[in-house]
Amino acid sequence: MTRDDALLEVRDLRSGYGASLVLDGLSFSMGVEAVAVVGRNGMGKTTLCDTLVGFLPAAGGEVRLAGRRLDGMAPEAVARAGLAYVPQGRRLFPSLTVDEHLAMLARRARGRRWTTDSVYELFPRLAQRRHHGGAALSGGEQQMLAVGRALMLNAPLVVMDEPSEGLAPTIVDVLVDAVHHLVAEGVAVLVVEQNLRAAVRMADRQLVMVSGRIEAEFAGDELLDRPDLQHRFLGVGATAGEPA
Amino acid sequence: MTPASNGLDQVRREDERTTSTEVRSRSAASVRSRLTELRRPSVWVAAVVAVAVAAWVLVLADGTPAGAAADDPGKFLVTVLDAVTFAGLLFVAASGFTLIFGLMRTVNMAHGSLFLLAAYVAIRVQEAMVGRSRNIDPADVGLLDWLVPMLAGAGVAAVLGLAIQQVFLQWNEGQEMRQTLLTLAITVVLADQMLREFGGLAQRMVWPGAVTHFFTIGGERYAATRLFMLGIAVLVGVLLWLWLNRTSVGMVIRAGVDDRQMVRGLGINIKRVFALTFLVGSFLAGVGGVLGASFAGAAPGTDGSWLLNSLVVVIIGGLGSLKGAAAGSLLYGTVVAFSPAYLPSQYSYYAIIMTFGLLALVLAVRPYGLFGRPA
Repeated sequence: MTRDDALLEVRDLRSGYGASLVLDGLSFSMGVEAVAVVGRNGMGKTTLCDTLVGFLPAAGGEVRLAGRRLDGMAPEAVARAGLAYVPQGRRLFPSLTVDEHLAMLARRARGRRWTTDSVYELFPRLAQRRHHGGAALSGGEQQMLAVGRALMLNAPLVVMDEPSEGLAPTIVDVLVDAVHHLVAEGVAVLVVEQNLRAAVRMADRQLVMVSGRIEAEFAGDELLDRPDLQHRFLGVGATAGEPA
Repeated sequence: MTPASNGLDQVRREDERTTSTEVRSRSAASVRSRLTELRRPSVWVAAVVAVAVAAWVLVLADGTPAGAAADDPGKFLVTVLDAVTFAGLLFVAASGFTLIFGLMRTVNMAHGSLFLLAAYVAIRVQEAMVGRSRNIDPADVGLLDWLVPMLAGAGVAAVLGLAIQQVFLQWNEGQEMRQTLLTLAITVVLADQMLREFGGLAQRMVWPGAVTHFFTIGGERYAATRLFMLGIAVLVGVLLWLWLNRTSVGMVIRAGVDDRQMVRGLGINIKRVFALTFLVGSFLAGVGGVLGASFAGAAPGTDGSWLLNSLVVVIIGGLGSLKGAAAGSLLYGTVVAFSPAYLPSQYSYYAIIMTFGLLALVLAVRPYGLFGRPA
């Protein structure tokens, strides 16, 4: 599963809480592309994200971004090394307005591809609500802001944890377009998703996570058309479009 | 940009529909929660107490040192000014305390020590600048002879606060009990060292001559120095507000109060922000100390009483909130000024109890303080 042109390379990653390992020898690699990690609840998807971004220390293995070791780094160092994070539940700052979410990162973004203006250009709806607080936004707007905030880091890799969670299908369409748009611009996107249909639409490559490891890899719509594989990897009665 | 933009046009319409429904349901929910709050008996008790106190002060307070406000509006006006100006001093002392707590969840028990140390340092610097160590006449004190010592005292407090944070507290992040015990121990050590260095007698910082005069308001004489103190408090409040709301560092601090880990996930070195916050919070303790020493003097024990004052203010206003510090200072200042003036003369000794009454009342209505929220 390793590639020569890998931007992100995860090898034999182990991580968890206390003595219990949730990730147990997880490996994959990706280039400048969109990759989805799908799996049932409790398979370790969010643990994977938290370990990649440095919120959770890795117990073993290694994570490399463009050849540089990320495991063992503090979260701020991981972000500066080029990994931007859109967390599950968005984790916006309730005390800050839309504008302030972006303005607090504006200084480092100055003169680069993603600035406050270009985020507003990508998500015009945010520009209209720039003086509103995070709590006054709809779920879709909150997700756009979480993505916009991550883009302001101008990182080569964006990791998104459950971006479609709780969103109307039309809002998911915006996210899918945004992900394609980012990849076309040379930004790699790693999407961790329960919603199989959303995952397939966002990413051509899908990695299936089972009990803390990548157990299978699919391309294109293959997984959507194969209820037997969905049943095997994603649980009994899972259907495309429903949370897998 | 085109594919994303095309998708967005469609989504914007859809999203506007969902947004307006969500906003409607949210505002309905907030009205409901306000109505529920009104049904709580403690809110009614607070309202009844407020009306009773107002009625007492306005018409019923015969036989008190100040007399009913309707009969003696001059005394009432002076008491209001006393309340607001003392609130200014409380605000300066408590704002640094609440700033540090808000971001770092550290109840800095050494806050009072920094307050007192700044006062002593400023007094020494002022004595050196004026060239006399006792009986300094305000007429000999220029504005700079007050401002420079103030900056020097607050600067020393800021540097010491930063050192405390760097040496002791940054290793104990998130461990409130350790932080509290450490800062309490520092308070004890500093108190002894200050006693050794500055002696046990009360000392006073002298206000600049330019503001040391009286004016008449409502037939009563009033000290301009108290208004000068209020002016400095307002300036501090405005600068602090601008810093927190108009600069990217301030935004990062507010974001850090909300979700520290996520701020780190955005590539921001929160340790540096902690250090800066401690520096500013300690500087504010120092400014408060110099104002306090000019207003009421500095002596051993001042540190403890001003730590207590800061605690009372932030418990009333809500820990970690600047708005809360302002509101808490005003309420506490009002109780401190009004109690001795409007309690019947034979009960004036019990004025201090009113402070605890205020605390109990506020906590019964809002357990996290007026503007506080759960940690």
